[in-house]
Amino acid sequence: MMRFATLLTTLAATLGGCGGGEDGGKPRLTVSAAQSLQGAFEDYGSRFDAATVRFSFAGSDQLAAQIRQGVRPDVYAAASTELPQQLFEEGLVGEPVEFARNRLVIAVPADSPIGDLGDLDRDGTDLAVGAETVPVGSYTREVLDRLPAAQRRAILADVRSEEPDVSGVVGKLTQGAADAGFLYATDVAGAGDRLRAIELPRRLRPQVTYGVAVVEGAKEPEAARAFIEGLLSDPGRRAMRRAGFLAPG
Amino acid sequence: MIGGRWFTAVQVGALGLALAFLTLPLVAIFVDVGPGELLSSLDDPGALDALRLSLETTAMALALILAIGTPAAWLLATRSFPGRSLAITLVELPLVVPPAVAGIGLLAAVGPSGVLGGAVSSAGLELVFQTAGVVVALTFVASPFYIRQAQAAFGALDPSLIEASRTLGAGEARTFARIAVPNALPGLLAGMALAWGRALGEFGATLVFAGSLSGVTQTAPLAIYERFSSDFTAALALSAVLVALSAAILLGVKLAAGARVLGDARA
Repeated sequence: MMRFATLLTTLAATLGGCGGGEDGGKPRLTVSAAQSLQGAFEDYGSRFDAATVRFSFAGSDQLAAQIRQGVRPDVYAAASTELPQQLFEEGLVGEPVEFARNRLVIAVPADSPIGDLGDLDRDGTDLAVGAETVPVGSYTREVLDRLPAAQRRAILADVRSEEPDVSGVVGKLTQGAADAGFLYATDVAGAGDRLRAIELPRRLRPQVTYGVAVVEGAKEPEAARAFIEGLLSDPGRRAMRRAGFLAPG
Repeated sequence: MIGGRWFTAVQVGALGLALAFLTLPLVAIFVDVGPGELLSSLDDPGALDALRLSLETTAMALALILAIGTPAAWLLATRSFPGRSLAITLVELPLVVPPAVAGIGLLAAVGPSGVLGGAVSSAGLELVFQTAGVVVALTFVASPFYIRQAQAAFGALDPSLIEASRTLGAGEARTFARIAVPNALPGLLAGMALAWGRALGEFGATLVFAGSLSGVTQTAPLAIYERFSSDFTAALALSAVLVALSAAILLGVKLAAGARVLGDARA
């Protein structure tokens, strides 16, 4: 009887411990961030002193959907300004701020013969792109919408997979499953020498801006604000630059 | 005596807790989505495509699993040979491998730049980004559920039954087809239902290995994940359909095997 009670107490304590809170005197901060931020944020997070940071990386749209369903991380960082702005208007996050920019590029395996956008609509070219709802996918469609209709249709006909986030596209390319895809320049750099980036013509480039906000009802609002402030000042800027991001405009 | 009663209470409590925990999320899906939304979600051609694709690919995977898994399970259940335990462990391995890892493994094995990638493409087979790739992923993750159950069902057959068949001059194949399979049918059906259910719910291996494209590789679970971020109601509605379908499969197979299963329970 006694032992059973002890077990229950331990279990309750363990489960309770999962819900954030203090960790060795430091607050524990939960950050929901766009998949494309993984490298940069893990770098920045490991240097962030005010809290122990735990990350949840996924497509920005999936993370926004989680927040709409009542999930309460402390910070939400997205690969667009639109998604945090929508959540702000719904009263789910504080006012978002821009903290980085990125470039959308054509990504191909390092040894690919593909040289420019004109090669993508050839027969037998398999493309992997982001799904329409994830920022990388909506930027991709923004680019395609600026092309002549026939070329847009031909490229869309080569799409073999619509991935939920950038890591899906990276995986399909590094495994040689797809011949080309649209990714952020930082994803290509993060894949080491396995992928090569082909720049898009200037007139086609979408503006890729990252927005971040404190989530309403955050357990650690103070640490969340410190995390965002750090992101906008030296330590954050350096980590973002190291990963290849650009400063906000 | 008091100790006994206490333990009974613990058991009842544990079962109650388990049932509540296991059914609550499924019940919540139906509480959240009204019948009207359920019906209007079926107006979405993408959702119907995904359901149709799920039914087709799981049926094909199940056919493969039954055709290869049944004789394989019979061998494992009835013969002892060197490496048998190893073979059983290897068959069970996909059960504990995370689905995304299964997908990566399949890419590394039969993907375009995989170890057997050249052989696969020279055989004129295309798997990645193709419906056939979905079937391969489903077969990989679901077959252990069937083979394990089939092996157990064959193993539980009365040895004298098999012996009698052999004594009466029936060959090994005839004994298998006429005696073993019909008598082990409830167990085989249960394994089939588990494998089918697992295949119907498959997500990670399919996404990583075959990709996600409406009408080609986007099965119902992938369509649900896609809708989760854009249209939660549609995701719920499609989930409800999938839950109902899976429950119907489980129930149907249990009913089909019903008389025998009940008989077993009483015996």
